[in-house]
Amino acid sequence: MQFAMAFKIIGVLLILFSTTMLPSLFLGLVANDGSESAFATGFAATLLAGITLWLPSRHMSRDLNIRDGFMVTALFWLVLGLFGAIPLWLAPELSLTPAEAIFESISGLTTTGATVITGLDHLPRSLLLYRQLLQWLGGIGIIVLAVAVLPMLGIGGMQLYRAESAGPSKDRKLTPRITSTAKALFGIYFLLTMACSASYVAAGMPPFDALCHAFSTVAIGGFSTHDASLGHYEQNSVLLVSSVFMVLSAINFGLHFLALQRRNIRVYSHDSETAFFITVIALASIVVCCLLLATETLDLEDSLIHGLFQTISIATTTGFTTQDFSVWPLFLPVLLLMLSFMGGCVGSTGGGMKAMRILLIFRQGMRELRQLLHPNAVIPLKLDARRVQTEVISAVWSFFAVYMFCFVLIWLALLATGLDFISAFSAVVATMNNLGPGLGDVAAHYAAVNESGKLILCLAMLMGRLEVFTLLVLLTPAFWRH
Amino acid sequence: MKIIILGAGQVGGTLAEHLADEKNDITVVDEQATTLKRLQERLDIRTVLGNGAHPVTLMNAGAEDADMLIAVTDSDEINMLACSVAFTLYRTPTKISRIRSANYLMEHQALFESGAIPVDVIIGPEQLVTRNIEQLIANPGSLQVLDFAEGRIRLVAVKAVAGGPIVGRELQEIRGHMPRVDTRVAAIFRAGGDPIIPEGSTVVEPNDEVFFIAAKEHIRDVTSELREVDKPYHRIMIVGGGNIGATLAKQLESAYQVKVIERSYDRCRTLSDMLENTIVLHGSGNEPLLLKQENIENTDVFCALTDNDESNIMMSMLAKRLGAKKVITLITNAAYADLIGDDIDIAISPQQITISSLLMHVRRGDISAVHSLRRGAAEAIELTAHGDAGSSKVVGRRLDELNLPSSVTVGAILRGDEVLIAHGHMVVEPNDHVILFLTDRTQISAVEKLFAVGFGFI
Repeated sequence: MQFAMAFKIIGVLLILFSTTMLPSLFLGLVANDGSESAFATGFAATLLAGITLWLPSRHMSRDLNIRDGFMVTALFWLVLGLFGAIPLWLAPELSLTPAEAIFESISGLTTTGATVITGLDHLPRSLLLYRQLLQWLGGIGIIVLAVAVLPMLGIGGMQLYRAESAGPSKDRKLTPRITSTAKALFGIYFLLTMACSASYVAAGMPPFDALCHAFSTVAIGGFSTHDASLGHYEQNSVLLVSSVFMVLSAINFGLHFLALQRRNIRVYSHDSETAFFITVIALASIVVCCLLLATETLDLEDSLIHGLFQTISIATTTGFTTQDFSVWPLFLPVLLLMLSFMGGCVGSTGGGMKAMRILLIFRQGMRELRQLLHPNAVIPLKLDARRVQTEVISAVWSFFAVYMFCFVLIWLALLATGLDFISAFSAVVATMNNLGPGLGDVAAHYAAVNESGKLILCLAMLMGRLEVFTLLVLLTPAFWRH
Repeated sequence: MKIIILGAGQVGGTLAEHLADEKNDITVVDEQATTLKRLQERLDIRTVLGNGAHPVTLMNAGAEDADMLIAVTDSDEINMLACSVAFTLYRTPTKISRIRSANYLMEHQALFESGAIPVDVIIGPEQLVTRNIEQLIANPGSLQVLDFAEGRIRLVAVKAVAGGPIVGRELQEIRGHMPRVDTRVAAIFRAGGDPIIPEGSTVVEPNDEVFFIAAKEHIRDVTSELREVDKPYHRIMIVGGGNIGATLAKQLESAYQVKVIERSYDRCRTLSDMLENTIVLHGSGNEPLLLKQENIENTDVFCALTDNDESNIMMSMLAKRLGAKKVITLITNAAYADLIGDDIDIAISPQQITISSLLMHVRRGDISAVHSLRRGAAEAIELTAHGDAGSSKVVGRRLDELNLPSSVTVGAILRGDEVLIAHGHMVVEPNDHVILFLTDRTQISAVEKLFAVGFGFI
């Protein structure tokens, strides 16, 4: 059997994944809120499916080849997305259609944060916690994907981070073994989550909300336990805490690890990607704040706080909202949506095309300009004082091209389902970049999009999260040939 | 002194020539019989054929009672090993080695200062040449810049140009022009004549090569007396991305706009990896099109640093014709240095620079700096005056009472941290560092004798 190893791994993952439903099942049983049967069914179905996949091949032990790698990566989000939808579909309070349940589940696991559910404030805690846990779990998946899988497969220039290659930073290989690296990064992820929820509590959030929001902040997800998202809280300190942790989570987790290990904050400033990312965010925040003031959309304090928060939230692709930013002067929401194409740094939980790729494309452009002035010059494209291989640059370019091509295709498909121009555009931006909220009809939630539209957006979310190529490669005939 | 020189190449040969003149016992070791033969025909030295690191060769060369070993073969490894062997077997007191590779020099502390590799003095020609060119670029208008007292005093050579305030006038007027600046003109070289030891009434003529001594911060003022000072340089073009070119570019790129032209594409790639702000150009320095494209007419300094003398000279002339303001050319062949005309502003000889720094360690007495000038004809040295009025022929006397040969001038005195520009009425105190300028190198032993302390001093 060709994909036996892949199935075995998916089986194990499903078994592990079934446990995410246990806390909610427990909460449901204690509160007797009517959701317990949904979670019980979901748990049983997921566990059974997992065991069924795992049992026949449990004794098999073979190294994963590159095809298994693509397969497992794609199936992780696809299969878990489907099984994760079961409790949402069955929960009586929600009365979602299967497509809506899948949309919600995939939106959670890909840390997009687009929702079809309204009336969050009145939902039982079991369901609220489950949605947040989906995002948090998705975040772990992304970290492992970014550190172990994508560099190995060499998606869109990510061979830069291949442990054995001389990448831009030679100490990028944190620990000698991939499993211990993954463990170390999980430790960082866990630590950040704890720190974030503690800070939320200190800023005045109730403990349950603090934990839930910490889950979706660190995962750069954007699900909230309130319809008004973070706008529900009146304290500005909550927004500031959230801003800080969104930025931290959008920085390469490998750098956090190094900074902790060496107890040296300079690790960040020496990394050109982080420097670029922070610069872009800072510039954008200044522009947004100034424009909010100049157009008298908000008063001084609100301009500064909400301008900063909203810029960070959208640019890092988190997607928390405080204000309905879609009614701001049109330049601002469009600017923010464009920023989400950059998203976070490589190796973070952020979405988008990643700051590294944008930085490389920018540097390549500058290089081209210099070359025009000095036709004979030998100008290398450098990152952290090291030359970037031409193959990497061309991989980044083709990634950019394919990303944009897919973007246009999905946009057209959405227009075909009857969505209006701006809603369709922003919906694709928001899902493909794993952002969440869009403009127009999809500013707050996606309930207004029809069934087929939702399924198309599910595909967009998966594409964005799997860095396009990982999903596309599964569609090539050559992949399935022996 | 008994000195063994390993390697009869350009540096080894020239060094042997210098030292043999000064009544030292010189033994030159090399693996090439013909090179040795040619050297022996010319000089009064002993030669030994063989590998300099082999104990037998060293013994044949008289390592048992040698005072000094100077290892200047082409190979860093042989040089280091020879020092090590000489020290282990024969306890040779002073071991000087040429080490080129920056790889060894980077670990300087651990390898050499700890004594793990017993080398007392390391000579890195590339570093020396680079430093020399850097100085020339930092001091616009100068032909040569030499450091004394860790760079606090400098000896600078400048070509006088008509229009400079002092040109065509007597030297003593310089005080009137610049009352706050203290300087001393050490010598004037005029085309077709003997070097002139200047006096107050000496008149500076255009095209004179004037050597003066002044504190670091006054160099610019004095230079401006002799010629219109060039504006500080900004745009530097270096041809040849070898060791010297690359090190120079690396040193300069933070303060200047640097372009490096290199022929080999692979080397270009390496250079562009290594350098941050320098523009690395693939091509040759003798293509007028490339030079024009890269704005040669706005280039302040053009440095030809390839390993080929002929190319360096030709491309320097070309660059000058095309409008480069100043041209610095690396010339290894001493015979060419005499041929070059006005097109080349400064010719740099790596051997000359290397030998200057070697001489400092070879000379008797307490010499802290030696600079060989005008292709070895003249020399500037920094000597320490030891003893007291009784035991020394120098200490306790006025400068104008010193019994110096006629070709020697005192430039400056360094007393503790104080820099004193020499004047006749000054009295030498014990432990003063005296900076002397010799227009005739053969007088060196007379000077050394003068500064040597009598038997009473221990």
